[in-house]
Amino acid sequence: MRSRAIGIALALCGLVRLAADGTKPPAAGNQPEHLEVPPPPFSEGIFPCSNCHASMPPDRHRRELTAMHTDIVLKHDETHRWCLDCHDADNRDVLHLASGEHVAFEESYRLCGQCHGEKYRDWRAGVHGRRTGNWNGAKTYLLCVQCHNPHQPRFHALAPKPAPRPPNRTMK
Amino acid sequence: MPHETAIDSIRLIGGFARGSAKLMLRGNRAYWGWVAFLGALIVSGALAYSGQVRFGLGVTAMRDQVSWGFYIGNFTFLVGVAAAAVVLVIPAYIYDWKPIREIVIYGELLAISAITMCLMFVLVDIGRPDRFWHLIPPFGFLNFPSSILAWDVLVLNLYFAVNLAVATHILYRAFHGKPYIKRLVVPLVLLSVPMAVGIHTVTAFLYNGLAARPYWNSSILAPQFLASAFCSGPAILLVVLQLLRRFTPFEIQDAAIRKIAELMAYAMFLNLFLHGAEAFKEFYSDTQHLLFTRYWYFGVGSHHTLVPYAWSAVALNLIAFGLFISPTTRRNLITLNIGCLATYAGVYIEKGMGLIIPGLTPDTLGEIYEYYPTVTELRVAAGIFAVGFLLFTLMLKVAVPISLGEFMEKREAAAARAAQ
Amino acid sequence: MLSRRLFTQSAVGAAAGMILTACGPKRLYEAPKDRIKAAIADLERKYKEQHGKEIAVSDAGPMPGVHFAYALDISRCVGCRRCVYACVAENNQSRDPQIHWIRVFEMEKEKGVDFSHANPYYNPAEVPEEGHFYIPVSCQQCENPPCTKVCPTGATWAKKDGIVVIDYDWCIGCRYCMAACPYGARHFNWAQPTIPEGEINPNMHYLGNRPRPKGVVEKCTFCIQRSRAGRYPACVEVCPVGARKFGNILDADSEIRYIIEHKRVLVLKEELNTVPRFFYFYAT
Repeated sequence: MRSRAIGIALALCGLVRLAADGTKPPAAGNQPEHLEVPPPPFSEGIFPCSNCHASMPPDRHRRELTAMHTDIVLKHDETHRWCLDCHDADNRDVLHLASGEHVAFEESYRLCGQCHGEKYRDWRAGVHGRRTGNWNGAKTYLLCVQCHNPHQPRFHALAPKPAPRPPNRTMK
Repeated sequence: MPHETAIDSIRLIGGFARGSAKLMLRGNRAYWGWVAFLGALIVSGALAYSGQVRFGLGVTAMRDQVSWGFYIGNFTFLVGVAAAAVVLVIPAYIYDWKPIREIVIYGELLAISAITMCLMFVLVDIGRPDRFWHLIPPFGFLNFPSSILAWDVLVLNLYFAVNLAVATHILYRAFHGKPYIKRLVVPLVLLSVPMAVGIHTVTAFLYNGLAARPYWNSSILAPQFLASAFCSGPAILLVVLQLLRRFTPFEIQDAAIRKIAELMAYAMFLNLFLHGAEAFKEFYSDTQHLLFTRYWYFGVGSHHTLVPYAWSAVALNLIAFGLFISPTTRRNLITLNIGCLATYAGVYIEKGMGLIIPGLTPDTLGEIYEYYPTVTELRVAAGIFAVGFLLFTLMLKVAVPISLGEFMEKREAAAARAAQ
Repeated sequence: MLSRRLFTQSAVGAAAGMILTACGPKRLYEAPKDRIKAAIADLERKYKEQHGKEIAVSDAGPMPGVHFAYALDISRCVGCRRCVYACVAENNQSRDPQIHWIRVFEMEKEKGVDFSHANPYYNPAEVPEEGHFYIPVSCQQCENPPCTKVCPTGATWAKKDGIVVIDYDWCIGCRYCMAACPYGARHFNWAQPTIPEGEINPNMHYLGNRPRPKGVVEKCTFCIQRSRAGRYPACVEVCPVGARKFGNILDADSEIRYIIEHKRVLVLKEELNTVPRFFYFYAT
């Protein structure tokens, strides 16, 4: 409880400092601001979740899923959290914050920003993640989940493009 | 003295030109063999260069990592050779030492040949020789005073002009049996002394001013260049003077030769001392910048291409110093000539490979690309050296008879009259 | 001692020189706008003939109140080299002989930023490699550039918006600028550059990505054809991990200013006082 309070106090100090620097501080997590983002990248046919879940009673016991969603391997603080810590148990068409407040999938960044506060601030400033558009004019944001799989957010390694050719005495 | 009319001048110059041409075309087997040999090298160089123009500088071994190489190394060495004329001028004119007075002209002719070679090496090194005129105002733009290369263009051409003017004037007047105009010659000759220091200092500053290259960015570079210049140029001159003494009635006093050798000894000492000072600073301070000096003397990792050259240069310079500092070996013509060859070779290696390549290896981002010249580069360089040697030979062919009083206008006129 | 004849001859020579320079090629640095437009029209015609495509060569000048800066997040770069090849395609670099304006260096985390232990030729199956990090290097667009002061013909200079440009038609290929650059950012056309059929980028800028001739120097221009039109450089757009940031350092609201003010920022070879406008930072 106390560490949480200290953490929030530090975050607030950071925000105050940002304001003092003259840089516009991005909106804090409890001030939903509508941002232009692309639609969430749902798998084919999976949304709205209530198509199936409306008729199923929620099972709040923490367990490994066997009947459905077996393709999802959770590697995102899985020792402490499981599905219903982010997905709302009563309405599967939305997510929820720690306070219980519902968050639409289109605003999932608010949920991510809850724990990843610094990255959220950087994302709002355009410093975290891919920025597309114009440096001088219209800029767009991408949703966190456009790059990060929310269940396995860490990037996989990729194959690098070919190395440059080392200098060679003979060119012909 | 009556003022010469334009027509008189043309007639006199024509006579000089015609006579010179005759001298150049007259020679024994050895002479023609030498000229033919040089001619072959020139043709080979020209062919190699035409290949380079067609394909691009990629026919050399230079790449982005080592973007200057053999051509610029030779250029740097030859600027030193050109500056060496001053070693003769100072005792001759400033100390008025007669034995050297008569042979100053050969130093100037050497300077002319050397600068010609310098300019040719620069021309073959640039990527767009067709755009050479971009350097020449008012057609182009010379980035003076910001670019040290712009300074180099100016001082090299000025030094060339001064030496050409003085040498031509002295020879031309001697041809006409008249003494040279002291008022004109002496100030120019005295000017050539700071100019000689100037050309090699500016050339040193080309490298010295680059913060990106720690091996070069050292204050010692300009003095070290001068020290090595003042041994390498006279080394060639000493050999040439002995050849002249041998093959022509030209008299050169032993005292002159020995004095030049003695001055070279001091210059070589300074050269070795400055190298030693540089080595101390690098090895004792032991910073990351040591890498370049270490690459030259010991190699880095598996890269050892330059190490034999480094120690050969050191050995040759030490041998030369030893031979020149002792009066006994100075007096003995065999050891003297070994010393001359050792000096020339030592300074050539140290300026050619030992300055440019270690300065660029490893490159600014730590990569080691081992450069050594390709056959094309060697052929082009040999061709340029041949041009310089040929120019020097032809100029000597005219200058020696003039100095001996054998080639003079009145003799040529008398001979022409007799032939009619 | 100047005879009348000598004076007249010199005057005629100088006049001839003036006439020639008025009519002949001039360096783009001081060419008037209409000369530039005429030169560009010639270029568009020439490139269309050579490559069979409609080519547009821009002559966009620097925008007022703009000074470009770049920031690269070395806690994010994974060394995938997509920026290298996006740059090659966007800027019409020669494929053979191969020219890359961006060079990515793999370094060990233990040794930190140390170019004497860096490797640009890494080629593992996957990146990032354990215990390593990556630093891409290209032209730093210095504010105190060591390269522009050494050019003997004045063929390279810094523009008002901070981009250091090269006049490819004035460069004589002496490579003094390459010796002077501390970042290995300049590249030379050692042979005739080749761009494969159909891969040419037709949107060009006369000081940027138009095809270069043999024997001249070239380098990154912050995608001058894009940045002066308000767009991000190609490398910024293609980076899959969002490690590259670009903008106007004079704009207090830009990403660049945010990074400089809030992140740990470093520049390469700071002691050389080149004042690079390319910042490396750690976002985490």
